[in-house]
Order: sequence, then structure tokens, then C-alpha cells
Amino acid sequence: MTEPIVQLQHVTRRFGPQIAVDEVELALRPGECVGLVGHNGAGKTTIIKLVLGLLRPSAGRVMVLGQDPAAGAGARARRELGYLPENVALYPALTGAETLRFYARLKRVDPADNAALLARVGLLEAAKRRVATYSKGMRQRLGLAQALLGRPQALLLDEPTSGLDPASRQSFYGLLREVRRAGAAVLLSSHALAELDSVVDRVVILNRGRKTADGDIQQLRRLAGIRPRIRVQLLADVPPCSRSRFVGWQERPGGVLEIECTEPEIVDRLRTMPETAQAVEVVRPTLDDLYARFSHHDEIAV
Amino acid sequence: MRQMVLIAGKEWLDGWRNRWVLVVTLLLALFALTLSFLGAAPTGSVKASPLAVMIVSLSSLSIFLLPLIALLLSYDAIVGEWERGTLALLLAYPVARWQVVLGKFSGQVGILAMATGLGYSTAAVAAIMNSADFAADWSEFAAMLASSVLLGAVFIALGHIVSAVSRDRGTAGGIAIGIWLVFVLVYDMALLGVLVADRGRVLSEEAVGWLLLINPADIYRLFNLAGTTSASAFSGMSGLAAQAHFGPAFLISMLLLWCAVPLVAAVWVFSRRQI
Repeated sequence: MTEPIVQLQHVTRRFGPQIAVDEVELALRPGECVGLVGHNGAGKTTIIKLVLGLLRPSAGRVMVLGQDPAAGAGARARRELGYLPENVALYPALTGAETLRFYARLKRVDPADNAALLARVGLLEAAKRRVATYSKGMRQRLGLAQALLGRPQALLLDEPTSGLDPASRQSFYGLLREVRRAGAAVLLSSHALAELDSVVDRVVILNRGRKTADGDIQQLRRLAGIRPRIRVQLLADVPPCSRSRFVGWQERPGGVLEIECTEPEIVDRLRTMPETAQAVEVVRPTLDDLYARFSHHDEIAV
Repeated sequence: MRQMVLIAGKEWLDGWRNRWVLVVTLLLALFALTLSFLGAAPTGSVKASPLAVMIVSLSSLSIFLLPLIALLLSYDAIVGEWERGTLALLLAYPVARWQVVLGKFSGQVGILAMATGLGYSTAAVAAIMNSADFAADWSEFAAMLASSVLLGAVFIALGHIVSAVSRDRGTAGGIAIGIWLVFVLVYDMALLGVLVADRGRVLSEEAVGWLLLINPADIYRLFNLAGTTSASAFSGMSGLAAQAHFGPAFLISMLLLWCAVPLVAAVWVFSRRQI
């Protein structure tokens, strides 16, 4: 297996008596896109700040490219990281182009490539305007542009789509896919698992600072053990005798019957459906169901 | 060094954009011009070089105004960025925290130096043009200007430590105003009160001299109003100057120390701050 770019080993971080991150293990490998999912205060931002070296772990070890990002030499590791903070704040008095030039120089990247970067996030026309006049979506895109400076090996995006409208969100994920094709590893935090479905390779679910799940979405579906359900609406006034066909089904209000089954069973069940069935619906667990399952249980072995 | 210069440059650009440089320059020029024309009246036929009078009046102005401007400029250097949320991103870049503090400090000293230099020089030139006496001692004026910038730098450094310690801008602003009140107004009044009550019984004249060194504003006063010969004659500080045996070089190095200590403290506190 390739050497991870970012690695957390038994990392715990306390703020006074409160434990923000509890014994978390995490590895981000080259080219991988990992979603960090959890409710507000689950420890997502703390983990990202630990990786950046803004915070030091109370226990355990954080390594970025084999170095401690919080140590003096960590400055070198930080050059290989791109960071987009939650609700990115930029200097309102600077223009978009100036902002990018300032950050490029801090990172010792040639600002000559900035125009191309601005074009890539669709801000070339607005580059000479002050950031104060930007909409939230534009600021987020400028934030992504600064995170992409110098082709970092890993991108750390903290709730990059919170507060964006659906169209901006889609274009943001479009940009992200392009970045991934260029080979950067991405660690992406979000509180909505459903949003990450087609975006990430792997999901890490956090609950109150603990890692409760780690795997790709298919694995998580299996682990969660939430099975699809079939719902049948019966004709009104169906005699009880004909209900013998529905042994084991649960009754729901309004003459609806429901049963849990496995994926292969679905077809059989549908084939043998009696005539009294008026409408049939197959309910598969959504990612939100999956997330609810993992965030309400402490630990499911992975 | 490179990172420091970048941050200083950004601070300077911010100063231009939010009109700080312009407003402070105009304010200082306005005050200085007013003082120079008012100050010209009493000299009348007295044999005083207009520039010497100028130095006395401008340094009295500096003692009140520059610390205030310096504190207002610097109090939110760190806490402001922290509150607005730009600090985490800045520190995620390959920048050490001491570079952030020193960069911001030098940028703000640059703003203050520019404003003071332009403002005071205009006033000085206007005063000279208005009088027949051109035999002015510009080196004393330059010394006053340089020490004024240094006084400002001391309070910018103090502002940085306030900014590094505070959790929100409101508190930082309050503490900054408090520092200004203590050093510029309260300290001297308290010292005067003690001297009057004491009547030289406990406090020796030498001790008073050392007590003045505790306050950077007083060091500046000693340097400009008592230190140079022509100015001390008009400033009424000649008595004090004779008692306090501090040479100009010593006074300047004390001001430099007053700059360095808060800066080092600010870096130390900031390095331990949770972002």
C-alpha cells in the first residue's frame, strides 16, 4: 500500500474537560477522496486543524508527509497542503487577484499561474473587484482557488458547500472532480452524507469525537444492516382470508403492509404479488438513514 | 524574512485601502500646522528659532496623539483576524507565528512613520517659510521625528501584546484605551502627586529620574524636551534635564527596549494561542 500523505495515530484532542477528538485513526492516501461526516461539534474541524498543525494533539501522533505539521519543520509539510476553512473569510479590502497573489507568495508559488487558476474557478472577470463585493459562492470559489495554489498533494476542505445554493454546490463538486483527476488527495468534511454519494471514495463517520465508521458507501450499507423494505397498498375491503399470502408482513395504517427483505428477495416477492395488491413501493435506505444508524450507535466494527 | 515583508506589505496595503494612512497623515498635518501658527505668535521678538519652538510643540502633541493612533492601529492586529476568521487560513500557510507578529508590526510602524513624517514635515516647512530665520537646526527636528516614530512603535508593540492576549476585539480596544490613559495621563499625574506629598523626603531626585523611565511617554519627553539644548530652554524641562543624567543615546535605547519587550511577549503569547 502507498505511504499515506496524512496520518493520524490514536489522536486525542481535549479542550479543557471536553474531548473534541477521541482516539481517532485516519489515513489519507495519494489520490484518495475521503469524506469526514458528522454532526456539528463531532470533531471534523478539530481534525482538520490538527492536520494543519494549528492545534497540537493532546495524545497520539499527527503526520503529514512524514513530518509533524505543528513542529518548526512543519512549515515545509504545510506547503503541500491546501486548506479551505468553513465559511472562508478573506481580506475584504483586497481584490480577488491581490488575494491570490498574496497567498501565492506566502506559499512561494509563482503568481504568474494565478490568472489560469482564477479562470478555472470562473472568477477571471471579477478578479479586479474587491472581495467585499463578492457573493458567498464567489468567495467560496476564491477560497478553493487559494487552496489549489502550488498543486498541493492534499486538500483539506472544511464544509466547503455549507451555505451554497444547489447550483453553486454542483459546480463546486464539478471543480473538485477536476482537481482529483490531477491526482490530489482530498479530505472533505460535511454534515450531509447524502451530498457526498458520488463525490468521495470513502467515508469516515464521527460521533462526538469518536470514529464510528470508516469505509466506502457500499461497505457502510452492508455494515449498517439496514435492509430494503417493500410496501404494498391493498385494495379496500380485502377479506382477511386473502391476507394469508402476507404472513410475516407488518401492518401499517391505511391498509398498507410492509416487510424487510434482502436485495435478491425483492424480485421474488414482486413476482408472487397477489391481485389484491394495488400499489407496490420498494424503499431502499437512503444515505441519511445510513448516517442516522452510524451516528446513533457508538461503534460498529469495521 | 520574505514572509515578514509580505505580511508587512499587506498590512501597508490595508492601511491605504481603509484610508488609515490618509486620515492619520491629514490629522497630524492639521494639528501640526495649527500648533506651528499658534506657536509662532508668542515667540514674536524673542530670539527663538521657529524650528526649536516647533520641536517643543510637536513633541507635546506627539505624546498625546501618537500613542493613541498607534494603539488604535494595532489593537486588533491579531484578535481582529482571529474574529473575522482569516487567521486560521493565514497560519495554515508556511508562515511562523513570529513572522506574522513582526510583519504586522513593521507594516504598521511603516504606516505611522509615513504619516508622521509627511504631517510634521509639512508643518515644519510651513513654519520656516513664515519666518525670516532660516538658520534652523534640522538635525534636532530629524531627531524629534525619529523619536516620535519610535514612541509610536512602542505603543504599536504594546497594542500587539493586547491583541495576542484578548479573546475579542471589544476587550482589546478597552485594554488599549486603558494603556493609553495610564501611560499618557495617569502615570504623570500620579507621579506628580507622589512628589508633592513626598517633598523630597523619601524619593531622591535620582529615583524620580528612574521612575520616568518606567513610562515610554516620559522617556520621549526627556529626550525631546530636555535632551536637546535649544528645546530645553523653552520647554521648562531644563531643571528636570539637569537632574536626570540620561544621555540621548541611553534614552533611545530605553525606547528600543520598550519596543522589543512587548513584541517578544506578544510572539510568546501568540505562539501558545489556540486557533
